[in-house]
Amino acid sequence: MRDVAIIGIGDTVFGELWDSSLRKIGIEAGIAAINDAGISGDDVDALYVGNMSAGKFIEQEHLAALIADYAGLTKNHIPATRVEAGGASGALALREGYLSVASGAYDIVVVGGAEKMTDVGDDEITKIQAAAIDQEWESVFGATLPSLYAMIARRYMHEYGATREQFASVPVKNHANAAKNPKAQYRKAIKPETVLNASMVADPLGMFDCSPNSDGAAAVVLAPMEIAKKYTDTPIKISGSGQASDTLALHQRRDILTMDATVHASRMALKQARREVKDIQVAEVNDNYSISEIIALEDIGFVEKGKGAEFSYSGQTMIGGKVAVNTSGGLKARGNPLGATGIAQAVEIVRQLRGEAGERQVDGATVGLTHNLGGSGSTALVHILEVA
Amino acid sequence: MGSIPRFWRENPSRYNLVGVKCNNCGRVFFPPREICPVCHRKSIGKMKPIHLSGKGSVYSYTVVEDTPEEFAMLKPYVLAMVEMEEGVKITSQLIDVKPEDVHIGMKVEAVLRKLGTEGSSGIIHYGYKFRPVNE
Repeated sequence: MRDVAIIGIGDTVFGELWDSSLRKIGIEAGIAAINDAGISGDDVDALYVGNMSAGKFIEQEHLAALIADYAGLTKNHIPATRVEAGGASGALALREGYLSVASGAYDIVVVGGAEKMTDVGDDEITKIQAAAIDQEWESVFGATLPSLYAMIARRYMHEYGATREQFASVPVKNHANAAKNPKAQYRKAIKPETVLNASMVADPLGMFDCSPNSDGAAAVVLAPMEIAKKYTDTPIKISGSGQASDTLALHQRRDILTMDATVHASRMALKQARREVKDIQVAEVNDNYSISEIIALEDIGFVEKGKGAEFSYSGQTMIGGKVAVNTSGGLKARGNPLGATGIAQAVEIVRQLRGEAGERQVDGATVGLTHNLGGSGSTALVHILEVA
Repeated sequence: MGSIPRFWRENPSRYNLVGVKCNNCGRVFFPPREICPVCHRKSIGKMKPIHLSGKGSVYSYTVVEDTPEEFAMLKPYVLAMVEMEEGVKITSQLIDVKPEDVHIGMKVEAVLRKLGTEGSSGIIHYGYKFRPVNE
């Protein structure tokens, strides 16, 4: 396996992008990444696209060929592949692209992620998101994605005595970070009372415990490390890539308070990178719900099981804390365009490791981590990125 | 959503709580699956149907406020993950109870109820929901 570097990044603003189609935002992110890498379209050997559900959101399947087409890449007829794993589609596309370069199959690969959610109404979005959980044994009985995370949150409170005030520290921190990110959907700090007084989505999770519906796209350009320096002075090495699966239905899990897929994916990535959790200075973790970030902190190993809520509440995950978590604003405030999210996480870590994160820069960051979840935790991806 | 066969093929489990027991290790699964995830090859041919008793207790629950359109008339409704006597967990709605009276550990039993309808004049789908039992 060859070492692989990220040599270019690009992303759109996330939000309700009424003026933009899926193909438009996909191309915008891709072109930005290609320009950032200083390559031309003719240099690209293959394209991977992470997307959860364009077929349901905009009735368009076959997305990889579409993006290759509108990116002007059809001239060379490059292989273009769409990758799906619910909300983890983006990170899975990154891993597939990474493996294709590491294996020696391709040299220059563009990996994009894109989702256009807001062409349908909120009720319809709730239904489409629920396609990533078990249709026959969860959704049919009235389960929604937030309702499953709500049951995790309720049980967590029961087992560990955690409070909604502790959970609220996650969106409060992530909004504060997003206020410093020009690409974020919500560039506005919020107070804990805003989270606690918001209308309920699925008790005990209120609207501000939940990531929003978003449109957006992000892209990276990958190259083997041996030629990466030809394109950039600051290649960022993908030193570890981990992926794991678990039961589709939440109720079939060994323990609903542990995402075993996260545990396995993070151990896999850290082992490959020859890193320990204490080496990680900056992390983008999957805060699709407030409870998700808390459980991810525990499952990756930043803090022991049952202590994540207090760890967050005490400020350890703020910029300047023990580990800076979701400096971009996370899924909650940077936005969560499902298939784009896993790539956007990598884009943020690259910005941090290049020292280009502006007001939200983590001083001296050299090792970062991304964590992306599909459904209620049936797929997890973890990547370790480092200054080369 | 979906075709008629898509629902009726699951009727035995949705009407009568038919799961399977692995007669190699004794573990019970619901809904039925062909291969025991613990015993793998050794379980082939040994996964036997078993009727769950329908009795269990609330493992966790939520009150659902944001729903897809087909559940809009029910909201807010209580969704529960129930730990059955046989050890498996099942997710469905908890009915005949006020949300504020639900608690983890509450004893419940399965009952047959309407789950949904195919459009305004289509067929009606039935399946299990849970209701409290007197302790």
